[in-house]
Amino acid sequence: MSYYFVIVGTEDNPLFEYEFGTSKAGGDGQARFPEQARHMNQFIVHSSLDIVEEDQWGTGQMYLKCIDRFYNNYVSCFMTGGNVKFMLLHQPPSSSVSSTANNPRSSTSTIATNPTSPQTEEAVRAFMLEVYESWVKTLMSPFYRVNMEVRSPIFRQRVAAAGRKYL
Amino acid sequence: MSNLQAPRGGGKEESGLRYPTNGKTIYHRPLNRAKAAELSGASFAYLFSEMVSYASKKIESIQDLEKRSMDPSFTHKTPYLTRFIASARLNVQGHPIGLKLLDLLLYREPARTQTRPLTIITLLHFIKINVWQHLFGQVADGLEKSSDPSKPDEYMIIDNEPLVNRYISVPRDMSQLNCAAYVAGIIEGVCDGSAFPARVTAHSVGKQEEGEMWPGRTVFLVKFAPEVMERESFLGKG
Repeated sequence: MSYYFVIVGTEDNPLFEYEFGTSKAGGDGQARFPEQARHMNQFIVHSSLDIVEEDQWGTGQMYLKCIDRFYNNYVSCFMTGGNVKFMLLHQPPSSSVSSTANNPRSSTSTIATNPTSPQTEEAVRAFMLEVYESWVKTLMSPFYRVNMEVRSPIFRQRVAAAGRKYL
Repeated sequence: MSNLQAPRGGGKEESGLRYPTNGKTIYHRPLNRAKAAELSGASFAYLFSEMVSYASKKIESIQDLEKRSMDPSFTHKTPYLTRFIASARLNVQGHPIGLKLLDLLLYREPARTQTRPLTIITLLHFIKINVWQHLFGQVADGLEKSSDPSKPDEYMIIDNEPLVNRYISVPRDMSQLNCAAYVAGIIEGVCDGSAFPARVTAHSVGKQEEGEMWPGRTVFLVKFAPEVMERESFLGKG
């Protein structure tokens, strides 16, 4: 499974981007988006923002779960109190790829292959909550103003660590 | 957008950031407050008095400007202008604090009640209870809806004795200035951050006569933007 994570500010502006792959079931943590479709990730996530804005008033929960799907791409969203959106696009390996790089240990129930299973939902929730903690710490910086891009390498390390831990 | 992606491997060396000598950044510090983390009231009063005088600084130059404009009708308005600008500046100082407090306090909520405010009432309760408890160690003294039916978008949060005003005495010619405009700015930040754009102003309503129980009684008037009211009625039906 390949992941594309982006933090979207209140004016639909990107604040932070990170691409990674699964570390579960023998994954090496590298994103494997097909090169000819990789640039589509940003478009797919951007188009999901409309659904987020509809869903955000239906529930007060921060984790909105998997909100959108575009072919083989699934988009999960986490909404902070300050209306900043954490968007995670996950793309399970397409069937042709998975048959060649088939791993005997990965059954259909693992989070690496089934993006809508409850296990995946829980794993994404845990990932989002960990990123949220780092995000609130970013906000606590007196030099950080709303909708500023996050450049801290420590923040990037924290997101990468959360990705390795849960996804 | 793709240039946001840090160069693989070498991000740390090239960032040019300087780290504290003990290697601990803001990301290494816990977000949950230790039990006895209280601030000295005296040092806060000192800091706040400096903030108020900073906010009223340079307004003299506007007075100069008015004198130069040679308009005699303008001069009697200067106290009004001074307090207007001072409270606007105090409001601006408080605004970012509200934006940041919102997420910090939501983060500290237990997971079960960790929900974003969806309606005006839940938002105001969050301010009255969580924000006040965090800032002043007690909940606000009152929360009211404007009794004027023509103003359904106005709500009032009442504090009998604002902590920030404890050591502030306002000169008579600026009696309309309430330094709790700073707190109004914090409230405004919380409202704006949670997508309830509002204007918040602080008004003194305590009577200055002998025997009055709360001479410093302050009302924070929260006026929500029209789109908030529109959404509120829409959500109520749905």
